[in-house]
Amino acid sequence: MTLTIGLTHYLVVAALLFSLGLVCVLGRRNAIGLLMGIEMILNSANINLVAFAHYIVHDITGQVFALFVIVLAAAEAAIAMAIVLSIFRSFKQIDVTTTVELKE
Amino acid sequence: MGLTFPDILFYFLSAMVLVFGTVVAFSKNIVHSGFALLGTFAGVAGLYGLLTANFLAAVQILIYIGGVLVVILFAIMLTRNIQDAQNSNPRQKIVLACVFGLVVASLLFYIAIKFPRLEQGITENKLTVSQLGDALLGTYLIPFEIVSILLLATMIGAVMIVRKEIKPEEIKEPRS
Repeated sequence: MTLTIGLTHYLVVAALLFSLGLVCVLGRRNAIGLLMGIEMILNSANINLVAFAHYIVHDITGQVFALFVIVLAAAEAAIAMAIVLSIFRSFKQIDVTTTVELKE
Repeated sequence: MGLTFPDILFYFLSAMVLVFGTVVAFSKNIVHSGFALLGTFAGVAGLYGLLTANFLAAVQILIYIGGVLVVILFAIMLTRNIQDAQNSNPRQKIVLACVFGLVVASLLFYIAIKFPRLEQGITENKLTVSQLGDALLGTYLIPFEIVSILLLATMIGAVMIVRKEIKPEEIKEPRS
């Protein structure tokens, strides 16, 4: 039994990070806290992509996909923050359990 | 077998990612969560570096820490109430969320353990940034162009969402 770091180690770290992000998404009432959870989930998926590219495919493909995921996450964060600011302007709060009306 | 330097680095970075991730998930103060997110992103960037994805590590720091995190912190500062910062990130059904998270974690754990133990990674600097550029402008040219359209749409969409409606009668004529 060697102690060399392998694919399994990275998969375990990504799994734990994914679960933390999931708990963050499910257990938050602040919309921004929710978004932080989503970012953590996307990061864990990226770790998996890069680890598979490194240990199995020996190719650049996984990194290209991770790059696309990063771009989409940035776009998502920008739009989400715009929506949060817009919600805050009309409701004066960003608690996702109380801002349930769709129309002013 | 002793621990080599990359092994120690891996354990340090994973501990950093998970500890800061726990703070993000459980802190009651949204500002603490935001700054802990910095540690998580930095740790993930380090893990990319260990996986010989040097360019991705740089992009992670530039876009996540320099872009997404700054946007998140700005949103926190623009929306939170300064007075109740101590309780700015309330929880709901936290026990249920933790149980669900533990179930998913154990499932993923099981899959990860079942996976064949591969330890032979890419050898020294086989993948370079130029290969990444060739792939982006060769095989993945169409997704690359679509992503640029998406970013343009995002920019316009974000401005459209946050702008204030100004009715024509509210516009004041500039004094001459």
